[in-house]
Amino acid sequence: MKILTEHIDVPGIETIDVFCKHGGYQAVEKAIKKMTPDEVTEEVKKSGLRGRGGAGFPVGMKWSFLAKPEGIPRYLVCNADESEPGTFKDHYLMWKSPHTLIEGMIVSSFALGANTSYIYVRGELMYVIHILEKAIQEAYDKGYLGKNILGSGYDLDLYVQPGGGAYICGEETALLESLEGKRGNPRIKPPFPAVKGVWQCPTVVNNVESIAATSWIINHGGDAYAAIGVGRSTGTKLISASGHIRKSGVYEIPLGITVEDFIYSDEWCGGIRDGHKLKAVVAGGSSVPILSAEMILNTADGEKRLMTYESLSDGGFATGTMLGSGGFIVMDETTCIVHNTLTFARFYHHESCGQCSPCREGTGWMDKVIYRIEHGKGRKEDIDLLVDVAKKIEGNTICPLGDAAAWPVAAAIRHFRDEFEWHIEHPELAIQPGAVYMRPGASWAQ
Amino acid sequence: MKVTIDNITLEVEQGTTIMQAARQIGPEIAPPAMCYYEPLKASGGKCRGCLVKVTAGSEKDPRPMPKLVPACLTQVQDGMIVENTINEEVLETRRGIVEFLLLNHPLDCPVCDQAGECHLQDFSFEHGVSNTRTAEERNTFEPTDLGPNIQLHMNRCILCYRCVYTADQITDGRVHGVMNRGDHAEISTYIGKAIDNDFSGNIIDVCPVGALTDKTYRFKSRVWFSKPVEAHCDCEKCSGQVTLWYKGDEVIRVTGRKNQWGEVKEFICNTCRFDRKKTAEWTIDGPTQISRHSVISANKYGANLIQPTFPISQAARDYKLINDDRDRSFLTDQIKLEAKK
Repeated sequence: MKILTEHIDVPGIETIDVFCKHGGYQAVEKAIKKMTPDEVTEEVKKSGLRGRGGAGFPVGMKWSFLAKPEGIPRYLVCNADESEPGTFKDHYLMWKSPHTLIEGMIVSSFALGANTSYIYVRGELMYVIHILEKAIQEAYDKGYLGKNILGSGYDLDLYVQPGGGAYICGEETALLESLEGKRGNPRIKPPFPAVKGVWQCPTVVNNVESIAATSWIINHGGDAYAAIGVGRSTGTKLISASGHIRKSGVYEIPLGITVEDFIYSDEWCGGIRDGHKLKAVVAGGSSVPILSAEMILNTADGEKRLMTYESLSDGGFATGTMLGSGGFIVMDETTCIVHNTLTFARFYHHESCGQCSPCREGTGWMDKVIYRIEHGKGRKEDIDLLVDVAKKIEGNTICPLGDAAAWPVAAAIRHFRDEFEWHIEHPELAIQPGAVYMRPGASWAQ
Repeated sequence: MKVTIDNITLEVEQGTTIMQAARQIGPEIAPPAMCYYEPLKASGGKCRGCLVKVTAGSEKDPRPMPKLVPACLTQVQDGMIVENTINEEVLETRRGIVEFLLLNHPLDCPVCDQAGECHLQDFSFEHGVSNTRTAEERNTFEPTDLGPNIQLHMNRCILCYRCVYTADQITDGRVHGVMNRGDHAEISTYIGKAIDNDFSGNIIDVCPVGALTDKTYRFKSRVWFSKPVEAHCDCEKCSGQVTLWYKGDEVIRVTGRKNQWGEVKEFICNTCRFDRKKTAEWTIDGPTQISRHSVISANKYGANLIQPTFPISQAARDYKLINDDRDRSFLTDQIKLEAKK
């Protein structure tokens, strides 16, 4: 079942003519000509579509929270600042099929009553920005954007804004600050963007994938979308699979397939590379907790783990993780978890905005301590120190970057404490290039 | 609107923050504030030192808030119940915040002009632990010159953003700001420009640590060797209400008048601060009232003259909490022992 990537391999799909030939912009015609904004919102609510950026908040509910005071403009901002290590789905979608996003933007803006909308794209993707701008111009020429769209009296202007290259600008309020031309520091909430967003006006910030999915929902109905998936995890999800698998890439999966299927079936990842075994998986981008092979394939109750929001987070952080933004990083037994954790900690150290003290100082501290452990200079008390620092960052920061920095470190120690201890006890072995501790009796042991 | 903080209930107006309500009760209850500064709009929320636990959101919705909330920004709801000094989670987090703030702080108090009136010293003394767990090298920064009057020690900065808000709200043009990200973030000026503005000196007063100090006062004296005196003058630029700091007969420093929470009551101009350093230029109003807790009061005044603004029963309770050697004598200890027997 493919929704977003159905026609993605059609040659020329980035041009509006080919896109329209494959059913493009029908959702715009249907929504603007036949439906009211409230009906569109209702349809999205019915679909059960959840935010694809990481938090998984229901999109329809987010839309209905938007304040609608008289005489004040409302805005829709598309968050295309995808910078999470391991996640590259939005990049792929915008690059291959920019009109899918633009169509969704028009439908969503119509539902929210926004006359100006922005797509905030991370600055490193300059060529994608050019693709989007070309596509937007095509949509203007066809009359899908601009004044009086399709003779309905509804106006919409769509702008692309390149970011400055900071991970923190993927946080919605930092994104809005950056969009306004300021330093990308997250704002203190409340007020939430739904009340005071960009230019102090009510704003909805949605992920690329969430917005792109709305056009299919309008075409086929919310119920049809809700029929895909399991429970509260409806529809399809783009998963960026990377790491030690045979076929890495972006896959659109119907939510509800098993993790085992996703890793081993030939339709998706195609299994672990030859001669190696699965050791650990980061299921939703670098910020979610890492899980060992046993834990990612089965829940604590012994059931098969599914690719859904609920099943992946089953058991809390003790035995579970999160679907997050769908950055599926697979590691085989040659991976050193300490080194991997150092890479993540270093990233968050580099990307912390420096506004609030737990994150500013804590991320740097964790990075330096893990660096010492990795390079054979760890102390026995360092492991407990890391756990305590992570605990003191988590939940005490202005924005979720603090949590995102603390979770991977805490989870790596929770599930792979023996590797950290081995690094500290045997520094002479640990500093050898490619040295990996093999847990006795583990399923990935040779 | 009723709010209960640490089991003390009081009535406040709508729009009051938890911090303001707690300050109405008294200094024993008020959460520490390293970045929040009441005269500056939009300040606060950055240091996370004032995180408190809300165990009941309001009368209507008595659910507890899931995370600790910053007292300086969270507005009071009717029937809210807040735990500050009686909640172990809050105190543990606060110990962590002290540790984070001191992590890259040089701890050069012996040579720092701010020592003795430093909020970070007070904060770590009251809420921190005595040992350190860090084995890492501290971050250092290249020195930046901010001009003839203000000395910047970036190593000491805790990035509270107060000076940024001051320059935005008090002066008519901000030329300094925060550059870079994370623990490399630093206060600096736009391509080495000097801060040159009639009210720029106020960033010294608002700085909670010794990051911004007065160049005309640099290394002249420890604060506890100088005597603060309230004075005023007829200034055409500002209110002229200042505190003069004397060493002997010499005025070695001029600052704004500060209230109980270390916040200036009125911002003063650079002429008053840096240029008027003769007693003849001022009309003396009397000695500055200094809290008994402060090292500045040492060996200067007989008794604590600050009158409590809260009910007298409260004052009596607080009085016991003040651990002051001058209130205790060998004799009273003896009497207490006798009574116990």
